[in-house]
Amino acid sequence: MFEATALVSLPCLMGATTVEYSWLIEKVSLATWETIYMVVISTALAYVMGLPLGVILVTTEKGHILENIPLNRILGVVINIFRSIPFIVFLILIIPLTRLIVGGFIGTVASMVPLTLAAVPFVARLVETSLKEIEWGLIEAALSMGANAWQIITKVLLPEASPSLILGVAITAINLVGYSAMAGIVGGGGLGTLAYYYGFQRYQTLVLLVTVIILVFMVQGVQVLGDSLAARAVKRRR
Amino acid sequence: MIQIEHLTKIYQTPSQQVLALDDVTLSVKKGEIFGIIGLSGAGKSTLIRCINMLEKPTKGSIYVDGREITSLARRELRSERQKIGMIFQHFNLLSSRTVFENVLFPLEIAKVPLDQARARVNELLELVGLADKANVYPGQLSGGQKQRVGIARALANNPKVLLSDEATSALDPQTTSSILKLLKDINRQLNLTILLITHDMNVIKQVCDRVAVIDNSRIVEIGDVLSIFSNPGTAISKSFINAVVKTDIPEDLIHASQVPQGHTTRLIRVSFIGSSAGEPIISSMIKQYRIDVNILYGNIDRVKDTPFGNLVLELIGETSLLDQSMTYLRERGLEIEVL
Repeated sequence: MFEATALVSLPCLMGATTVEYSWLIEKVSLATWETIYMVVISTALAYVMGLPLGVILVTTEKGHILENIPLNRILGVVINIFRSIPFIVFLILIIPLTRLIVGGFIGTVASMVPLTLAAVPFVARLVETSLKEIEWGLIEAALSMGANAWQIITKVLLPEASPSLILGVAITAINLVGYSAMAGIVGGGGLGTLAYYYGFQRYQTLVLLVTVIILVFMVQGVQVLGDSLAARAVKRRR
Repeated sequence: MIQIEHLTKIYQTPSQQVLALDDVTLSVKKGEIFGIIGLSGAGKSTLIRCINMLEKPTKGSIYVDGREITSLARRELRSERQKIGMIFQHFNLLSSRTVFENVLFPLEIAKVPLDQARARVNELLELVGLADKANVYPGQLSGGQKQRVGIARALANNPKVLLSDEATSALDPQTTSSILKLLKDINRQLNLTILLITHDMNVIKQVCDRVAVIDNSRIVEIGDVLSIFSNPGTAISKSFINAVVKTDIPEDLIHASQVPQGHTTRLIRVSFIGSSAGEPIISSMIKQYRIDVNILYGNIDRVKDTPFGNLVLELIGETSLLDQSMTYLRERGLEIEVL
């Protein structure tokens, strides 16, 4: 693991003799896995809800295959409202809901509720943008063959937008890495909690530094993975 | 096969109404290739899109093979659309699917069993000459090849009618000819009715049996391609034909010849169709009326499969003889136009 190798050389630089390495490694790896777990699950759940919303946003527009202007307007406004609430406020606002769903509001599982819900409107907008890139001619061609709305969505819109959708997943996951660190401050678990409790409140600069490095690698890794998957989806077609 | 009655389409924009089609009535017979020609913005694209209801007509009705398309419920319309193939100027192939999968697409939509569908795709790729490209993505094909895929896709569900929306407008002249030839072959082999729109008279000339000229949202002329070529009734038809059959004679040529005392000159355009192209009519006219003839321009072309010729002649002689000569030509079935 990269976090382990990073730690070996760090103490001499920092002179942090008070930290026991084995303890640190154990804490950091646990927190890292918690973060990965939270981000992956929240991203997945956010797409379960956000993808259909994005599809609805596009297809209910004027002149589109499921035109429904009132629904489109209302959905747009609701999404904008949710997107304008700062995450840290949102986190606190939905504590009652989190309690209702998972029975508490501390810990990894509990923080997946605000993470997911905060990402849903964001995902919906990303999906909307991706789907709008598709030329109308393709939809028209499918309509001319007698395709219904479901067939157009599943056989034209989503497959044609797949490179762009994959990049959207990477962007969402990266955002959630950041959000999960924020959730960590109010006891959400993962690297955020570690950095806040040990790094900030106990002045263990090394912990803070290690956390930041891991986050940097994590974000970098997600982006590289997303880019290469998207590139592969595009390349296949050329 | 296709009957369009009093079709009117009005686009409503916030600030104004735009009349795209104004009381269009026409009918396309089974097995013919019918062309609609017009300048961009004339309404031809709207017209062809109304036939499979990609555009909803404001007024009027359309029948395809006896069924009124304009009054169908959604579900019925979808199954009717499967019987109306369409090809497009920009091909509109799915970039995420291979050639094979693109042709399979309409069969998936029609829920044809997979083994049956796959056999049909192979058959179609054979028909359009792309059997070796089955597993290639459209991004790797040339424009002409893409349109062949488009044609195979449009034929997948054995349509009764093929609509062609400027299918050759994005292609170079040679590729255009090969695609037009393919359309002609398909029309003959499958006895498939084809309705095409274009702004290029060459397309009409090469494949169409009948043509409608659309100008400013209205059909201004309709008839056999040959008769419109030899005797265009409107200025717009003339200008389309001039683009492919050059009959403008340079000014200096017209007034170049010396006219003897007492003679007049007359400039005429003679068009001849089919078999009359082979007879020595001009020569016998000269002998009989003893006039002078100056040939300024001549060509022979083909309209679909019929030879079609144009001659621009300067007749020199006494006025009464010139009148008789022209009557002589008319009596032999030639179209005469005094320029």
